[in-house]
Amino acid sequence: MKLARPESMHDVATHYCPGCGHGIIHRLIGEVIDELGIREKTIGTAPVGCAVLLYNYMNFDVIECSHGRPPAVATGMKRMMPDRIIFTYQGDGDLAAIGTGETIHAANRGENITVIFVNNATYGMTGGQMAPTTMTGQWSTTTTEGRGKHGEGPPLRVCEMLATLGGVAYLERVAVNSPKAIAGARRAIKKAFENQMAGVGFSLIEVLSMCPTDWKLSPKESLAFIDQEMKKVFPLGVFKDVTGEGTSV
Amino acid sequence: MAEKVLLQGNVAMSEGAVQAGCRFFAGYPITPQNEVPEYMSERMPQVGGVFVQAEAEVAAINMIFGAASTGARCMTSSSSPGVSLKQEGISYIAAGELPCVIANVQRAGPGLGGIRGAQGDYFQSVKGGGHGDYRLIVFAPASAQESYDMTMAAFDWADHYRNPAMILTDGIVGQMSEPVELKPYKPACSLPEKDWILDGCKGRAPRIVRTLYLHPVERLIDHNRHLAAKYAKIEAEMQDAEEYRCDDAEVIVAAYGATARVAKAAVNMARDEAMKVGVLRPKVVWPFPVKFFKKHARRVRKWLVVEMSSGQMIEDVKLAIECSKPVEFLGWGGGWYPTGESILEKVREVYR
Repeated sequence: MKLARPESMHDVATHYCPGCGHGIIHRLIGEVIDELGIREKTIGTAPVGCAVLLYNYMNFDVIECSHGRPPAVATGMKRMMPDRIIFTYQGDGDLAAIGTGETIHAANRGENITVIFVNNATYGMTGGQMAPTTMTGQWSTTTTEGRGKHGEGPPLRVCEMLATLGGVAYLERVAVNSPKAIAGARRAIKKAFENQMAGVGFSLIEVLSMCPTDWKLSPKESLAFIDQEMKKVFPLGVFKDVTGEGTSV
Repeated sequence: MAEKVLLQGNVAMSEGAVQAGCRFFAGYPITPQNEVPEYMSERMPQVGGVFVQAEAEVAAINMIFGAASTGARCMTSSSSPGVSLKQEGISYIAAGELPCVIANVQRAGPGLGGIRGAQGDYFQSVKGGGHGDYRLIVFAPASAQESYDMTMAAFDWADHYRNPAMILTDGIVGQMSEPVELKPYKPACSLPEKDWILDGCKGRAPRIVRTLYLHPVERLIDHNRHLAAKYAKIEAEMQDAEEYRCDDAEVIVAAYGATARVAKAAVNMARDEAMKVGVLRPKVVWPFPVKFFKKHARRVRKWLVVEMSSGQMIEDVKLAIECSKPVEFLGWGGGWYPTGESILEKVREVYR
C-alpha cells in the first residue's frame, strides 16, 4: 500500500534523526489540514528548535519566529485576519521555558489559535540540554547527575498548569509512540483545528514525542521510554474541553 | 490653515498613527509613554482596529511581527527600558523586512534610570540596537505637530522600503501639550503593492517570512547584501534636517528633538549679541543628514553639539564633517535638561 503525501506537505525528505517524532507530527498536521480543506487559508509559525525548518516541509504560508514568541506572533496575525487559520508549532524549550509568558498570556486571553506543543523532554537542536520538561532524575548535558540534584526544580507540566486558566478552550496530551497513539494524536490535532474554525478559542495539544538521539536510546527503546517513563510524569488525556465533548482527566 | 487643537505630544503621535491607517497596536505601560497605549485602547476599536495590552514588551513587538506580516499597518510604543526589551523582535522584523512603526519616548538611563526625558538611546536607535546588520528609519520629532506629521509619514516610508521605522522622541516632546493642526493623511511617498504578505496561499505559491538562512552560507550573505543595498538607497534618499539661521553662521549648534528647540532660543540670544550662530537640526537621525552638515562644513569655524546624553550624536557629526573643524559638546545623560542660558554660555565660549 502506498500512502500519498498530504497536499499540505512538500515532497522533500526531512532533516530529522531516525526515530524522531517530528516527522510524524508534521504529517498529522498536514493530513488534518488537507482533510479540513484549510491549506490555502492556514499560516503556520516555525519555532526555534529542531522544527525551525518547518517551512521547508509544509506547503502553506509560514513565518519564522524568534525563540518562544510564536503565541505573540500568532496573536498579531489572528487578530488582523480572524478568518484565517493560525497555528504555532513549538517545542518544550520554546513553549515552556523562554516563551512561558507568551504561552500563558495568549492562552489566558483566549486567542483563537491552535498550538501544537511537542514535548520530548530535551533541547534537541542544541544537543540535549535540560528542558523545562526534562524529568526528575533524567540525564541531560546540563544535568549529568540527573535533573533535581542542583536546584533545577521538577519538570513543568504545561497542560495541568494551563487548565487553571479561564481563557483556555481545549487542552489534551497525546503521544506518537504507537499506531494507536498516533491515531489518538491525529484526532486531538483535528479537534484543535476544528475548534479554531468554529471560533471556540485557544486549543493546545501537547504531543509526547521521541528523541532517540538525545535520550541516547534506540528508536525502539524510545517508544518504550514514553510509555514507561514519560507518561508517569505527563499522563495522557483531556485536561480541559469547553466544548464538553471530551472526557476530563 | 485648518483649526488647531491642543494635544500632548504622545497623543499627537498616536492620532497621526490612526490617521495613517494604523489598525493594530500592542504595547505595555511605562512612563513617560503611557498616554500612547491608553489613547490607542480607545481609538483602535473606534476605527475597526485592534488594541492588545501585551504581557511584556517582548510580546508586544512580536505581536507587531505577526500583524506586520499580514500587511496591516501596526505600531508599538515604549520608553527606553522597554525599547531595550524590544530589540530582539526589531532585529527579526528587520530581517523579515516587515514595515511597522516603533515609538521610543526616551527617558533617562542607564538601567531603570529615571522618568525625565533624555536622549540616551541615540546609539541604540541609529546604530542597530539588536543583533546583526540592520537599520531602522529613525524620525526625531521636536514638537507635538511633528509627532503627528512624522508618525503619519513613518508608516509610508516603512511600507515604501519594507523596513521598520522608529519615532525617536523623548519625555519632553511626548509630555508637552501644544497646538497641532490635524492635517488629513496624504501618502508621503509611493506605496508599493504588498505582494509579500502572509494571508494564506490561495491561488499562489506558499510564502515564507524568513529570518533564518542556514544553507548554503552564501544565502545569508546575499540577504545581508540586499539589506545593505536597501540601506544605501535610504541613506541617499531620506536625509532631512532643518537649517535655522545657518546661512552665514560661523558656529552651528547641532541638536535634535526637544534639545534643538532650546538651542534655537540660545541662538536667537547669541544673534542679539552679534554672534553669527545657527542651528542644524536632524529631523531624521538615521539616515544621518550628512549632506546638510557637509554643505556648511567649509564656512563654519566650529560646531557645538548639544544632547540630553553624555555625547552620542556628536560622533555622527564628526563623521559627517570628517573631523574638518573642532566639534565641542554640551550635555549629560540621566535627565539633564539644557536651558537657553546654558547653551548661550557654551556658545560664547565656543564662538571665541
